[in-house]
Amino acid sequence: MSPVSVAHSGVVYDALKRTGIRLLSALPETWLVHLIRMAEDDPEMTLVRLAKEEEGVGISAGAHLAGVKSAMLMQNHGFLASINGIVSCAQLYHIPLLMLISYRGEFGERDPWQTEGGGVTEDLLRALRIPFSYLDRPDHVAPRIAKAQTLALSANKPVALLLCRDLMWEDA
Amino acid sequence: MTRLDALKAIYSRLEQQIVVTIMGAVAAELQSIGHRPNFFYLQHAMGLASSMGLGIALAKPDRQVVVLDGDGSVLMNLGGLTTLARYRPRNLVHVVFDNESLLSVGGFPTATATGSDLAGVAAAAGVPRTATVATVDAFRSAFDEALGAGDLTTLVAKVEAVGPSGYVTDLSLLENRFQFQRYLRS
Repeated sequence: MSPVSVAHSGVVYDALKRTGIRLLSALPETWLVHLIRMAEDDPEMTLVRLAKEEEGVGISAGAHLAGVKSAMLMQNHGFLASINGIVSCAQLYHIPLLMLISYRGEFGERDPWQTEGGGVTEDLLRALRIPFSYLDRPDHVAPRIAKAQTLALSANKPVALLLCRDLMWEDA
Repeated sequence: MTRLDALKAIYSRLEQQIVVTIMGAVAAELQSIGHRPNFFYLQHAMGLASSMGLGIALAKPDRQVVVLDGDGSVLMNLGGLTTLARYRPRNLVHVVFDNESLLSVGGFPTATATGSDLAGVAAAAGVPRTATVATVDAFRSAFDEALGAGDLTTLVAKVEAVGPSGYVTDLSLLENRFQFQRYLRS
Protein backbone atom coordinates (compact mmCIF):
# COMPACT_ATOMS: atom_id res chain seq x y z
CA MET A 1 0.00 0.00 0.00
CA SER A 2 1.39 3.33 -1.02
CA PRO A 3 1.84 5.78 1.85
CA VAL A 4 0.72 8.60 -0.43
CA SER A 5 -2.08 10.37 1.42
CA VAL A 6 -5.51 9.69 -0.06
CA ALA A 7 -7.12 12.29 2.20
CA HIS A 8 -4.72 15.07 1.24
CA SER A 9 -4.90 14.12 -2.44
CA GLY A 10 -8.65 14.57 -2.07
CA VAL A 11 -8.15 18.02 -0.53
CA VAL A 12 -6.03 19.02 -3.55
CA TYR A 13 -8.50 17.53 -6.02
CA ASP A 14 -11.51 19.25 -4.43
CA ALA A 15 -9.67 22.58 -4.47
CA LEU A 16 -8.92 22.19 -8.19
CA LYS A 17 -12.57 21.45 -8.86
CA ARG A 18 -13.67 24.50 -6.87
CA THR A 19 -11.47 26.77 -9.00
CA GLY A 20 -13.31 25.52 -12.06
CA ILE A 21 -10.64 23.18 -13.42
CA ARG A 22 -12.29 20.81 -15.91
CA LEU A 23 -9.28 19.45 -17.77
CA LEU A 24 -6.22 17.87 -16.16
CA SER A 25 -3.19 16.69 -18.06
CA ALA A 26 -0.96 14.32 -16.19
CA LEU A 27 1.94 11.96 -16.36
CA PRO A 28 1.79 9.46 -13.53
CA GLU A 29 4.25 9.43 -10.68
CA THR A 30 3.98 7.89 -7.24
CA TRP A 31 2.75 10.99 -5.43
CA LEU A 32 0.09 11.70 -8.05
CA VAL A 33 -1.59 8.28 -8.24
CA HIS A 34 -4.63 9.18 -6.13
CA LEU A 35 -5.11 12.55 -7.84
CA ILE A 36 -5.03 10.87 -11.25
CA ARG A 37 -7.49 8.19 -10.13
CA MET A 38 -9.84 10.87 -8.78
CA ALA A 39 -9.73 12.67 -12.13
CA GLU A 40 -10.32 9.38 -13.93
CA ASP A 41 -13.40 8.61 -11.81
CA ASP A 42 -14.88 12.09 -12.17
CA PRO A 43 -17.28 12.43 -15.10
CA GLU A 44 -16.94 16.23 -14.95
CA MET A 45 -13.18 16.08 -15.53
CA THR A 46 -11.35 15.48 -18.80
CA LEU A 47 -8.12 13.65 -17.95
CA VAL A 48 -5.40 13.66 -20.61
CA ARG A 49 -2.65 11.15 -19.99
CA LEU A 50 0.55 12.33 -21.62
CA ALA A 51 3.57 10.63 -23.09
CA LYS A 52 5.77 13.56 -21.99
CA GLU A 53 4.85 16.49 -19.81
CA GLU A 54 5.62 19.24 -22.34
CA GLU A 55 2.59 18.16 -24.36
CA GLY A 56 0.48 19.34 -21.43
CA VAL A 57 1.59 22.93 -22.02
CA GLY A 58 0.16 22.85 -25.54
CA ILE A 59 -3.02 21.08 -24.43
CA SER A 60 -3.61 23.61 -21.63
CA ALA A 61 -2.89 26.50 -23.99
CA GLY A 62 -5.46 25.22 -26.47
CA ALA A 63 -8.02 24.59 -23.73
CA HIS A 64 -7.50 28.07 -22.29
CA LEU A 65 -7.96 29.84 -25.62
CA ALA A 66 -11.15 27.83 -26.07
CA GLY A 67 -12.38 28.85 -22.61
CA VAL A 68 -11.78 25.69 -20.56
CA LYS A 69 -9.84 25.93 -17.29
CA SER A 70 -7.11 23.34 -16.96
CA ALA A 71 -4.17 22.34 -14.80
CA MET A 72 -1.05 20.20 -15.24
CA LEU A 73 -0.06 17.48 -12.78
CA MET A 74 3.57 16.48 -12.99
CA GLN A 75 6.72 15.61 -11.12
CA ASN A 76 9.43 18.24 -10.91
CA HIS A 77 11.40 16.23 -13.48
CA GLY A 78 8.39 16.66 -15.75
CA PHE A 79 8.62 20.38 -15.15
CA LEU A 80 12.27 20.19 -16.23
CA ALA A 81 11.17 18.35 -19.38
CA SER A 82 8.54 21.03 -20.14
CA ILE A 83 10.64 24.15 -19.95
CA ASN A 84 10.83 24.97 -23.65
CA GLY A 85 7.06 24.68 -23.96
CA ILE A 86 6.55 26.83 -20.87
CA VAL A 87 8.84 29.55 -22.24
CA SER A 88 8.08 29.45 -25.96
CA CYS A 89 4.36 28.69 -25.77
CA ALA A 90 2.90 29.75 -22.40
CA GLN A 91 5.17 32.71 -21.63
CA LEU A 92 5.65 33.91 -25.21
CA TYR A 93 1.89 33.91 -25.80
CA HIS A 94 0.83 35.04 -22.31
CA ILE A 95 -1.10 31.89 -21.48
CA PRO A 96 -2.19 31.20 -17.89
CA LEU A 97 -0.93 27.81 -16.79
CA LEU A 98 -1.62 26.25 -13.40
CA MET A 99 1.13 23.71 -12.72
CA LEU A 100 0.97 21.35 -9.75
CA ILE A 101 4.45 19.93 -9.38
CA SER A 102 5.32 17.11 -7.00
CA TYR A 103 8.42 18.28 -5.22
CA ARG A 104 10.60 15.21 -5.20
CA GLY A 105 14.12 15.37 -3.86
CA GLU A 106 13.52 17.76 -0.97
CA PHE A 107 14.28 16.96 2.70
CA GLY A 108 13.22 13.41 3.50
CA GLU A 109 13.73 12.03 0.00
CA ARG A 110 14.78 8.38 0.09
CA ASP A 111 15.19 7.78 -3.66
CA PRO A 112 18.71 8.79 -4.72
CA TRP A 113 17.56 9.35 -8.32
CA GLN A 114 15.19 12.14 -7.30
CA THR A 115 17.73 14.26 -5.47
CA GLU A 116 19.38 16.16 -8.32
CA GLY A 117 16.11 17.42 -9.78
CA GLY A 118 14.90 18.41 -6.33
CA GLY A 119 17.94 20.60 -5.87
CA VAL A 120 17.34 22.69 -8.98
CA THR A 121 13.54 23.01 -8.97
CA GLU A 122 13.17 26.27 -7.06
CA ASP A 123 16.12 27.94 -8.79
CA LEU A 124 14.61 27.12 -12.16
CA LEU A 125 11.21 28.49 -11.17
CA ARG A 126 12.89 31.72 -10.04
CA ALA A 127 15.05 31.91 -13.18
CA LEU A 128 11.89 31.60 -15.29
CA ARG A 129 10.16 34.20 -13.09
CA ILE A 130 7.32 31.77 -12.44
CA PRO A 131 5.47 32.73 -9.24
CA PHE A 132 5.24 29.70 -6.96
CA SER A 133 4.19 28.60 -3.51
CA TYR A 134 4.16 25.41 -1.46
CA LEU A 135 1.35 23.03 -0.67
CA ASP A 136 2.70 21.57 2.56
CA ARG A 137 -0.32 21.56 4.90
CA PRO A 138 -3.93 20.67 4.12
CA ASP A 139 -5.27 24.01 5.36
CA HIS A 140 -3.03 25.84 2.83
CA VAL A 141 -4.26 23.90 -0.13
CA ALA A 142 -7.59 25.46 -1.11
CA PRO A 143 -6.65 29.11 -0.61
CA ARG A 144 -3.28 28.75 -2.33
CA ILE A 145 -4.71 26.94 -5.34
CA ALA A 146 -7.46 29.56 -5.64
CA LYS A 147 -4.99 32.45 -5.34
CA ALA A 148 -2.51 30.86 -7.75
CA GLN A 149 -5.29 30.47 -10.32
CA THR A 150 -6.41 34.07 -9.79
CA LEU A 151 -2.88 35.33 -10.47
CA ALA A 152 -2.41 33.04 -13.49
CA LEU A 153 -5.59 34.42 -15.04
CA SER A 154 -4.99 38.09 -14.20
CA ALA A 155 -1.34 38.03 -15.29
CA ASN A 156 -1.84 35.58 -18.19
CA LYS A 157 1.21 33.62 -17.14
CA PRO A 158 2.31 30.26 -15.72
CA VAL A 159 2.23 29.76 -11.95
CA ALA A 160 3.38 26.76 -9.92
CA LEU A 161 2.42 25.04 -6.71
CA LEU A 162 4.89 22.60 -5.23
CA LEU A 163 3.23 19.50 -3.77
CA CYS A 164 5.45 18.87 -0.75
CA ARG A 165 6.30 15.66 1.07
CA ASP A 166 4.67 16.89 4.29
CA LEU A 167 1.34 17.08 2.48
CA MET A 168 1.52 14.14 0.10
CA TRP A 169 3.29 11.45 2.14
CA GLU A 170 1.64 9.86 5.18
CA ASP A 171 4.83 9.12 7.09
CA ALA A 172 6.72 12.19 5.90
CA MET B 1 3.95 20.06 -54.95
CA THR B 2 4.89 23.21 -53.13
CA ARG B 3 3.46 23.85 -49.69
CA LEU B 4 2.08 27.17 -50.93
CA ASP B 5 0.14 25.45 -53.73
CA ALA B 6 -1.12 22.86 -51.25
CA LEU B 7 -2.29 25.61 -48.87
CA LYS B 8 -4.02 27.45 -51.73
CA ALA B 9 -5.79 24.22 -52.68
CA ILE B 10 -7.45 23.90 -49.27
CA TYR B 11 -7.69 27.57 -48.29
CA SER B 12 -11.38 27.90 -49.09
CA ARG B 13 -12.08 24.89 -46.83
CA LEU B 14 -10.39 26.55 -43.86
CA GLU B 15 -12.95 29.35 -43.59
CA GLN B 16 -15.12 27.46 -41.08
CA GLN B 17 -12.32 25.53 -39.36
CA ILE B 18 -10.26 26.28 -36.29
CA VAL B 19 -6.70 26.28 -37.66
CA VAL B 20 -3.43 25.94 -35.70
CA THR B 21 -0.15 26.07 -37.61
CA ILE B 22 3.49 25.66 -36.77
CA MET B 23 6.09 28.39 -37.11
CA GLY B 24 8.11 29.44 -40.09
CA ALA B 25 7.12 28.81 -43.69
CA VAL B 26 3.67 27.35 -42.95
CA ALA B 27 2.67 30.41 -40.89
CA ALA B 28 4.13 32.92 -43.36
CA GLU B 29 2.63 31.25 -46.43
CA LEU B 30 -0.85 30.89 -44.93
CA GLN B 31 -0.74 34.57 -43.94
CA SER B 32 0.38 35.47 -47.47
CA ILE B 33 -2.80 33.89 -48.82
CA GLY B 34 -4.84 35.71 -46.21
CA HIS B 35 -5.00 35.80 -42.43
CA ARG B 36 -8.30 35.02 -40.73
CA PRO B 37 -9.30 35.35 -37.04
CA ASN B 38 -9.74 31.58 -36.85
CA PHE B 39 -6.05 30.98 -37.67
CA PHE B 40 -3.45 30.69 -34.90
CA TYR B 41 0.26 30.48 -35.70
CA LEU B 42 2.36 28.87 -32.95
CA GLN B 43 5.57 30.74 -33.77
CA HIS B 44 7.79 28.65 -31.49
CA ALA B 45 7.40 25.70 -29.12
CA MET B 46 8.16 23.22 -31.90
CA GLY B 47 6.13 20.06 -31.56
CA LEU B 48 3.26 21.56 -29.59
CA ALA B 49 0.93 22.64 -32.41
CA SER B 50 -0.69 19.19 -32.44
CA SER B 51 -0.98 19.29 -28.62
CA MET B 52 -2.69 22.70 -28.85
CA GLY B 53 -4.99 21.28 -31.47
CA LEU B 54 -5.85 18.41 -29.12
CA GLY B 55 -6.60 20.84 -26.28
CA ILE B 56 -8.90 22.87 -28.52
CA ALA B 57 -10.55 19.78 -30.00
CA LEU B 58 -11.31 18.44 -26.51
CA ALA B 59 -12.59 21.83 -25.34
CA LYS B 60 -14.74 22.38 -28.44
CA PRO B 61 -16.01 18.95 -29.49
CA ASP B 62 -18.67 20.50 -31.74
CA ARG B 63 -16.10 22.32 -33.91
CA GLN B 64 -13.57 21.00 -36.40
CA VAL B 65 -9.89 21.67 -35.80
CA VAL B 66 -7.18 21.57 -38.47
CA VAL B 67 -3.53 21.43 -37.40
CA LEU B 68 -0.97 22.34 -40.07
CA ASP B 69 2.20 20.65 -38.83
CA GLY B 70 5.62 19.89 -40.30
CA ASP B 71 8.04 16.99 -40.32
CA GLY B 72 10.59 18.72 -38.08
CA SER B 73 7.93 19.63 -35.53
CA VAL B 74 6.30 16.20 -35.47
CA LEU B 75 9.71 14.60 -34.99
CA MET B 76 10.17 16.74 -31.87
CA ASN B 77 6.95 15.36 -30.34
CA LEU B 78 6.47 11.84 -31.67
CA GLY B 79 4.99 10.87 -28.32
CA GLY B 80 2.26 13.42 -28.96
CA LEU B 81 0.98 11.20 -31.78
CA THR B 82 0.29 8.47 -29.21
CA THR B 83 -1.61 10.99 -27.05
CA LEU B 84 -3.60 12.17 -30.09
CA ALA B 85 -4.45 8.58 -30.96
CA ARG B 86 -5.35 7.76 -27.36
CA TYR B 87 -7.97 10.49 -27.14
CA ARG B 88 -8.85 10.22 -30.84
CA PRO B 89 -10.57 13.58 -31.28
CA ARG B 90 -12.91 12.90 -34.20
CA ASN B 91 -13.00 16.62 -34.92
CA LEU B 92 -9.27 16.96 -35.64
CA VAL B 93 -7.45 16.77 -38.98
CA HIS B 94 -3.69 16.70 -38.58
CA VAL B 95 -1.86 17.75 -41.75
CA VAL B 96 1.90 17.27 -41.83
CA PHE B 97 3.80 19.13 -44.55
CA ASP B 98 6.84 16.94 -45.03
CA ASN B 99 9.65 18.66 -46.91
CA GLU B 100 12.23 16.29 -45.41
CA SER B 101 14.20 19.21 -44.04
CA LEU B 102 14.48 21.91 -41.42
CA LEU B 103 14.02 24.54 -44.09
CA SER B 104 13.97 27.70 -42.03
CA VAL B 105 17.28 26.95 -40.32
CA GLY B 106 19.35 26.03 -43.35
CA GLY B 107 17.57 23.12 -44.96
CA PHE B 108 19.35 20.33 -43.11
CA PRO B 109 17.66 16.98 -43.76
CA THR B 110 15.31 15.50 -41.17
CA ALA B 111 14.88 11.78 -40.57
CA THR B 112 12.09 11.63 -43.16
CA ALA B 113 14.84 12.28 -45.74
CA THR B 114 16.40 8.97 -44.75
CA GLY B 115 13.23 6.90 -44.76
CA SER B 116 11.25 7.62 -41.59
CA ASP B 117 7.58 7.46 -42.55
CA LEU B 118 5.45 9.81 -40.47
CA ALA B 119 2.12 8.45 -41.71
CA GLY B 120 3.42 5.01 -40.77
CA VAL B 121 4.46 6.28 -37.33
CA ALA B 122 1.02 7.88 -36.85
CA ALA B 123 -0.75 4.67 -37.91
CA ALA B 124 1.41 2.60 -35.59
CA ALA B 125 0.66 5.08 -32.79
CA GLY B 126 -3.02 4.32 -33.30
CA VAL B 127 -4.24 7.21 -35.45
CA PRO B 128 -7.20 5.59 -37.22
CA ARG B 129 -6.89 7.36 -40.60
CA THR B 130 -3.54 8.11 -42.21
CA ALA B 131 -2.35 8.81 -45.73
CA THR B 132 0.63 10.19 -47.62
CA VAL B 133 0.06 12.27 -50.74
CA ALA B 134 2.46 13.91 -53.17
CA THR B 135 0.34 15.97 -55.59
CA VAL B 136 -1.94 18.96 -55.11
CA ASP B 137 -4.99 17.12 -56.46
CA ALA B 138 -4.38 14.12 -54.21
CA PHE B 139 -3.87 16.45 -51.26
CA ARG B 140 -7.10 18.35 -51.90
CA SER B 141 -9.17 15.21 -52.19
CA ALA B 142 -7.53 13.52 -49.18
CA PHE B 143 -8.10 16.68 -47.11
CA ASP B 144 -11.75 16.82 -48.13
CA GLU B 145 -12.16 13.15 -47.28
CA ALA B 146 -10.59 13.78 -43.88
CA LEU B 147 -12.96 16.69 -43.18
CA GLY B 148 -15.90 14.50 -44.08
CA ALA B 149 -14.71 11.35 -42.34
CA GLY B 150 -15.57 12.40 -38.80
CA ASP B 151 -12.48 10.76 -37.38
CA LEU B 152 -8.93 11.65 -36.44
CA THR B 153 -6.73 11.79 -39.53
CA THR B 154 -3.01 12.36 -40.00
CA LEU B 155 -2.41 13.41 -43.59
CA VAL B 156 1.23 13.67 -44.67
CA ALA B 157 1.75 15.93 -47.70
CA LYS B 158 5.13 15.53 -49.34
CA VAL B 159 6.20 19.03 -50.41
CA GLU B 160 9.26 20.63 -51.97
CA ALA B 161 11.80 22.18 -49.62
CA VAL B 162 11.09 25.73 -50.79
CA GLY B 163 9.56 28.56 -48.83
CA PRO B 164 9.18 32.30 -48.52
CA SER B 165 12.18 34.61 -48.33
CA GLY B 166 11.25 35.73 -44.80
CA TYR B 167 9.17 34.52 -41.90
CA VAL B 168 8.33 37.65 -39.91
CA THR B 169 4.95 39.15 -40.80
CA ASP B 170 3.18 42.28 -39.60
CA LEU B 171 0.83 40.25 -37.40
CA SER B 172 2.17 40.38 -33.86
CA LEU B 173 2.14 37.18 -31.84
CA LEU B 174 -0.07 38.57 -29.10
CA GLU B 175 -2.50 40.24 -31.50
CA ASN B 176 -2.96 36.85 -33.16
CA ARG B 177 -3.33 35.11 -29.78
CA PHE B 178 -6.03 37.41 -28.36
CA GLN B 179 -7.92 37.66 -31.67
CA PHE B 180 -7.95 33.85 -31.87
CA GLN B 181 -9.11 33.50 -28.26
CA ARG B 182 -11.94 35.95 -28.92
CA TYR B 183 -12.92 33.98 -32.01
CA LEU B 184 -12.91 30.66 -30.11
CA ARG B 185 -14.98 32.04 -27.25
CA SER B 186 -17.52 33.97 -29.34
